Amino acid sequence: MGITFRKETFRDDFTFRNSPEHIRRFPFPFHEDSYMYAVNIEPHVVGPKGSVLENLIDVDEHYVAEMQDRALVLAEDPLRCQSLPHMTLAGWDLLELLMEQQALGYPEHFTLTRDGDRWRWINRPLGIDDTFTFGDTSTLPYGPMEYITRQSQGDFCILDQRDGNLWMDAGMVTTQADWSLDFDIGMNFFEWHAPVPLAHEKGIFTRALKFLTNIQQGKPARRLNWTMTINPRLDTSPENYHKWGPDRATVTPENVGDKVHLRVELQSFWRLPRSNGIVFPIRCYLIKMDELVTQPKWARRLHRVIRDLPEELATYKGLTRYRSTLVEWLSKLDDGSPTSPGFGPD
Amino acid sequence: MAAKSIISRPVYGTLSPQPGKHHLFIADAEGALAISEMAAKAPAGFFDDAEIVFIPGPDGKHIAALESLGPAQFHQAPSFASLLPRLKQTLSNAHMGLRLYLSGTEGLIGQAMQVALEAGIDHTSMQTEHRGSLARRMQCVHCKGITENVTTQPATCSHCGLLLLVRDHYSRRLAAFQGVCINAEDRSEIPPMEEAFP
Repeated sequence: MGITFRKETFRDDFTFRNSPEHIRRFPFPFHEDSYMYAVNIEPHVVGPKGSVLENLIDVDEHYVAEMQDRALVLAEDPLRCQSLPHMTLAGWDLLELLMEQQALGYPEHFTLTRDGDRWRWINRPLGIDDTFTFGDTSTLPYGPMEYITRQSQGDFCILDQRDGNLWMDAGMVTTQADWSLDFDIGMNFFEWHAPVPLAHEKGIFTRALKFLTNIQQGKPARRLNWTMTINPRLDTSPENYHKWGPDRATVTPENVGDKVHLRVELQSFWRLPRSNGIVFPIRCYLIKMDELVTQPKWARRLHRVIRDLPEELATYKGLTRYRSTLVEWLSKLDDGSPTSPGFGPD
Repeated sequence: MAAKSIISRPVYGTLSPQPGKHHLFIADAEGALAISEMAAKAPAGFFDDAEIVFIPGPDGKHIAALESLGPAQFHQAPSFASLLPRLKQTLSNAHMGLRLYLSGTEGLIGQAMQVALEAGIDHTSMQTEHRGSLARRMQCVHCKGITENVTTQPATCSHCGLLLLVRDHYSRRLAAFQGVCINAEDRSEIPPMEEAFP
């Protein structure tokens, strides 16, 4: 039995919803009642059945709608997908990785067959059946990175490793939490993280870089990151900030449950075999407050996290304008009782 | 001097003579003073293998002082744009052993560095010294247009007209600081425009 893909939108009428099963599998990012940056990187290994970690590359009920939204973003702004000239080989590495993982995890939806360099890729949800020559860009309708990331949920950054640093030299970035690939492409690890407050002083990026440059093939790693988004909008790019920014002023005590979404990024890090690059998929999960608070533990914990968040972090995450409204709304769902350890719902 | 801020913000040093076969200096306005001061510390004959490319400021000063250093080549350009074809050719024909020295406004240093990066020169091998105006080149993240010589905070995009916060986040590839709409969430909020980068 395959996934039933939802027909939904991430813009205009915002019909995006999570099914009850997808609410339960939401990757809630807080394992305790408070939050501060940490180098929270762990091995990216398969997790429990029914969780977002059941497969290392997760495909869910939002797949088809997300790919349609990506196509709309790219039609408006092709600069969201860029690859510096030396990154084509890494693009092929990524194509192989995503085809293999999607076919492995979801054989009813994706099939990859290989005869030497002649590959056939069948993507049933999107109605694609292409045969091409691996390594020959002229046999695909797009470059290899663009081709496969138009068929894979999440943003993708490909990092080149040289001089003991990682360089953001290619990417497909249409669902970003307010950073610009077009501006950051070509930067090193410290430079593209430069605007993040507090973390540099804590040595977070120095330690993270050390970890990432040592990632080995076949041993991916992962971490969670989070922010909040008003309306289930995937494209919260700085490019369009002047279009979606006004949403933040529309939150009222009456509509918090419907409008405010927790946005969680499952970031994973994979060594690429031919190019020795690192690919960094940033998979975005959205959940509206009304859905999230169906799990009482999450409601209590989120209330405490948002209430106690340091001011700099709240500002950086763009919560300032609606934070008090949200905390007030969540407080009614927090009876002060303890929460169990760990991420999952009770 | 530019104040220290975030990591992507360029940090400039003081020009010093480097070992090398050829020396290319690119400067504007008061950047000439950085070259003159470095010349005082340079070994005899240093400028025999040097080219100085200079864009004078509106007051037209410092030309004679640079010529008096006796560089093998001296070229005066009215603007960076007019200099670009020549600079691209010089860099694409350059051999190992060319050393690059950039001095003057941030806009000049950034744009010259951008051309050199495209020619395959590593940015850490370039000598830089900031002199003169703190005015910024700014890329509007929304319309992608570049506004030159931004001195205020916030600043108006000269292309799309949005009111932009001029961030310290800087791209060497674009040779520009990032400008992001400052009142995107409520366009009726209009913060006062102050002289921030004189």
